[in-house]
Amino acid sequence: MYGNDFSPPEDGPGGGLLGEVEAAEAALREAAARARRGGPTPDEDLEAYFADVIDADQKIEPRDWMPEAYRKTLIRQIAQHAHSEIIGMQPEGNWISRAPSLKRKAILLAKVQDEAGHGLYLYAAAETLGVSRDELVELLLNGRQKYSSIFNYPTLTWADVGAIGWLVDGAAIVNQVPLCRCSYGPYARAMIRVCKEESFHQRQGYEILYTLSHGTPAQKAMAQDAIDRWWYPSLAMFGPPDAESPHSAQSMAWKIKRFSNDELRQRFVDMCVQQAEVLGLTLPDPDLRWNDERQSYDYTQPDYDELMQVIKGNGPCNRQRMEHRRRAHDEGAWVREAAAAYAAKRAEKKEKVAA
Amino acid sequence: MTGPFDFALRLGDDALIAAQRLGEWTSRAPEMEEDIALANIALDQLGAARLLLTYAGELEGAGRDEDALAYLRDDREFRNCLLVELPNGDFAITMAKLFFLSAYQLPLYTALAGCADERLAAIGAKARKESAYHLDHSSLWVKRLGDGTEESHRRMQAAVDEVWPYTHELFTADPAAPVDPATLRADFDATVSAVLSEATLIRPAHGWTPGGGRDGVHTEHLSYLLAEMQVLHRAHPGAQW
Repeated sequence: MYGNDFSPPEDGPGGGLLGEVEAAEAALREAAARARRGGPTPDEDLEAYFADVIDADQKIEPRDWMPEAYRKTLIRQIAQHAHSEIIGMQPEGNWISRAPSLKRKAILLAKVQDEAGHGLYLYAAAETLGVSRDELVELLLNGRQKYSSIFNYPTLTWADVGAIGWLVDGAAIVNQVPLCRCSYGPYARAMIRVCKEESFHQRQGYEILYTLSHGTPAQKAMAQDAIDRWWYPSLAMFGPPDAESPHSAQSMAWKIKRFSNDELRQRFVDMCVQQAEVLGLTLPDPDLRWNDERQSYDYTQPDYDELMQVIKGNGPCNRQRMEHRRRAHDEGAWVREAAAAYAAKRAEKKEKVAA
Repeated sequence: MTGPFDFALRLGDDALIAAQRLGEWTSRAPEMEEDIALANIALDQLGAARLLLTYAGELEGAGRDEDALAYLRDDREFRNCLLVELPNGDFAITMAKLFFLSAYQLPLYTALAGCADERLAAIGAKARKESAYHLDHSSLWVKRLGDGTEESHRRMQAAVDEVWPYTHELFTADPAAPVDPATLRADFDATVSAVLSEATLIRPAHGWTPGGGRDGVHTEHLSYLLAEMQVLHRAHPGAQW
């Protein structure tokens, strides 16, 4: 019922990147097929063994020894990623009740449902590192773990749903495709699955904007306004510039991260310029222009002071998003308690029957 | 009285309004798994609504498609039962509503699957599989909440008491309809009795039987629901989305 009946331009959004996801999946299978050394020998230095596995582009699996800092970095990153999926349901969920056609409503519902699924999948990946989902949710609710800064911006018009699909999901994919080759197996596998669905979402967002930009003048203006508001927050999703990114070097050495923030941001800008042209809409950067020497677009950096403010909790919707999440959690407590009590009663009855 | 158009419209409106209410739960459910389940059920209801409203529009022959029927009718022209338009309330109210609705929709769509109208039969065949899942899901929650903690039992019984009167409207006899709702009552009663008793809940006595939804005489809730649902579509007449 919510199929995609729109043909994007040749190699439209997500096209080339999806190929990279498939290549990463093939590489993952090859790595699994390559004979492993069968674990460290009893007197072998575990650190040296870990380094060997990383060097050989093999995957670290939950049973393997890993440096404590590697484990902690991964927990932080995967949990933040999971939290982002869950908080990210809110800005788009905001338009489900008002979606302008039944087809769009169905697509949006399916998308937000996918996001909840990605959240669950990522929490499961984090749990392989020895932390429970409940603990992670608690860390989110008490503000000790973050979620993506982008979800602290409001969705003010229907076109924002399109802009989120195209730009926000687009940035997420550019960021996540390299993670399909990340050294930690469960995370790499999660990313492969997530990227495939995100790429579909991005196309749908692009389709919304395309329809709006080819619709009435009011619709086109709505689409342009949305892009004007979401462009820089999307660029900021890649994080602070390389010079100010403290964890990057270690993450790259561990092959958790494969490219720097600035490299990925540039890749995203280069991808978007052409797509914006097809949309007939402009990116809100007067200094955006092709640089023949670099074979890339020059562009204006996002306002990193604003990014820091949003990360600190002072974006437009930080309080609202957290309040919403806490309320859902608190108001659902009696339901979760009931489910636990019911399950306990069932188990007890079963035991009695067995005895 | 009832032609296939009115019948398809009623069923389509039931499903559409149910989907709209379930969609309101998105990102608010008691646990993440339930967020997925509620969105899933909303999507099924919306899917059925689209098929039914599209068909209703064709039967009418006045050029109205699913969107014209969903977005450009006022509350006095909607034909959904009152049950689906009631506010979500707490999780127990939502589950009571979903349980009663799916205990009605399952035998309805099953009967429809065997009716003479081929389009309706095809829709019934598709929708009954989904209804079986909805009924299973809501039954399980009615049991968990009814036979869970003291607090959840109290809330679930209160929800059943509050929603029950609205079930009677579902079975108003209509012998001319492709499936006469009155014939579904026994099946519904059997399902409801079994689940409520396992959930340690009491079925309320018959008494107040509110109705009027099928004639476009609704509760005060529907107009607000439609105002929200239709606002953007109505603000851009004739636009494509």
